[in-house]
Amino acid sequence: MTSAIEFRGVSRVYGDVRAVDDVSFAIEPGEFFAMLGPSGSGKTTSLRLVAGFDVPTSGQVLLDGADVSGVPPYERNVNTVFQDYALFPHMTVLENVAYGPRVRGTSRSERARRAREMLDLVQLGALGGRRPAQLSGGQRQRVALARALINHPKVLLLDEPLGALDLKLREEMQIELKSLQKKLGITFVYVTHDQGEALSMADRVAVFNKGRIEQVAAPRELYARPATAFVARFVGSANVADAALARALGLPQPFAIRAENVAVLGEAGPSPAGSHCAPGAVLAVQFHGAASRWQVKLDAGEVWSAMVTEEDSRALDGLAVGARVRLCWPRAAAVPLNEAGAF
Amino acid sequence: MPFKERYRPNKASWLVRAGAFAGLAFMHIPVFIIILYAFTTDDRTYRFPPPGLTLRWFEVAFGRADIWQSMSLSLLVAACATVIALILGTLAAFALARAKFPAKDSLTVLFVLPIALPGIITGIALLAAMKTLRVDPSVLTIILGHATFCTVIVYNNVIARLRRLPANWVEASMDLGADGLQTFRYVLLPQVATAFLAGGMLAFALSFDEIIVTIFTAGKERTLPIWFFNELFRPRDRPVTNVVAVIVIAVTLIPIVLAYYLTRPDDEHETAR
Repeated sequence: MTSAIEFRGVSRVYGDVRAVDDVSFAIEPGEFFAMLGPSGSGKTTSLRLVAGFDVPTSGQVLLDGADVSGVPPYERNVNTVFQDYALFPHMTVLENVAYGPRVRGTSRSERARRAREMLDLVQLGALGGRRPAQLSGGQRQRVALARALINHPKVLLLDEPLGALDLKLREEMQIELKSLQKKLGITFVYVTHDQGEALSMADRVAVFNKGRIEQVAAPRELYARPATAFVARFVGSANVADAALARALGLPQPFAIRAENVAVLGEAGPSPAGSHCAPGAVLAVQFHGAASRWQVKLDAGEVWSAMVTEEDSRALDGLAVGARVRLCWPRAAAVPLNEAGAF
Repeated sequence: MPFKERYRPNKASWLVRAGAFAGLAFMHIPVFIIILYAFTTDDRTYRFPPPGLTLRWFEVAFGRADIWQSMSLSLLVAACATVIALILGTLAAFALARAKFPAKDSLTVLFVLPIALPGIITGIALLAAMKTLRVDPSVLTIILGHATFCTVIVYNNVIARLRRLPANWVEASMDLGADGLQTFRYVLLPQVATAFLAGGMLAFALSFDEIIVTIFTAGKERTLPIWFFNELFRPRDRPVTNVVAVIVIAVTLIPIVLAYYLTRPDDEHETAR
């Protein structure tokens, strides 16, 4: 089966900034694919290369197996939901949604019918006569979605589409987007800097850093087996031991260990069986409800955190900031990393 | 203990307010006096207050062929200069709004120069050019002279609007299948239409009362401002000049006020994001 989207050694260079740096990956038809990374990591540039708003400096972008270098956006079977929606303010909601069919020469009655259908799909059937300025942020979001879907694209690109919405609405929209994608069966490419959003919605996630892809994997694997220190920190908020720290702890290889697998123990006492321990001093304790996050400055240098349940926290009662403790983790829970990956 | 006036952050002090009113009066009282003397019964001196009021001078003014001639010439020049300016100014604005190239800033300055230069320089330059090319002054040369600064007005209005448009509207339009021409027609044009009209009206008003460039390019033709200028040296029927002034005020004020309302940022453009 041909991939819906394929990047082959794609770079996009602005002056001396390598916004996208020799990136290769493939997205399968019908996949919900997230591009995750901090700002400036190259994820949005990659999205713009797919849409055709930008062209690669080198390498190839393939849509449905065909190289699309030199194909303008209006000839690509790809549509975009923009971060700030980019609705046309001088058109009504219905006219905005009907814009795609309109510029493709569909008759007035036919495009109005299809636009109404799309508005029903996103549950805005009654608001077709309004102007974008008269809608709430969440409603504008839905209009942008309807407008992008009306051309029946093979691929829908979403550029941080929920970034401007408040938390509750964002969670509702996540569920809705996911079910919409299942229903329509089209490929979604979803750009976000929010790892929770990427992990909860996507079939696979590509983690971007400094113009490169660090890892492409399913959410569970990404979380359980981060390939690099960057992924471990950015996706799992894990503690990372780079080569130097691992050596200082007497371990052969860089590794990551998630905070919920780390226990805080008093300074003296035997190590639990099958565990490694590292001494340090308590830096801060943040209460998070069911658990507390203990920040501990290891004697070896790094600040690590441990998620400690309320029950275990009570056992540690009396340990204040500055107290000497040991952080201990089961050897089996440590995830070996491919590279030192300091960032 | 005396009462202290409460501090009101949104109220100007009486001194500032008095200053503002004095400034407004200084600017506008002369205009009202000109309008007032269009109705005076005294035809030689500007006595204050006027000895009586009459509409007779309007009748006299409408009967004079030289006024009608100058008026229609001025309207013709303003209309032609505005049309040229709308075409050239809009094209230039679209060309420069999104383009990025090394000499862009210098080119932008060149576009705005005709309005930054004193009119007398533009006038002398045009006269010199006409002499070199052996073109005789005529209605056409007046129109071309006016078109220089009118183009700038239109250009400035249109480019200001274009710069305010988010870049991703064009991308959204292309993304949905519109080519460049359709994007221009359906997305950009509706957005710049009011700026286009406002620029045209301002250009028209500017051309209608322009005198400096006109003097150098007019030859024997007499536009309305030149008619005024000549009239100053002929003391007969003085109030007729004021009557014409009232008409000029009306002709230029209407497009300027309309242009103001057209370019006012309205809520829809600003918040629909």
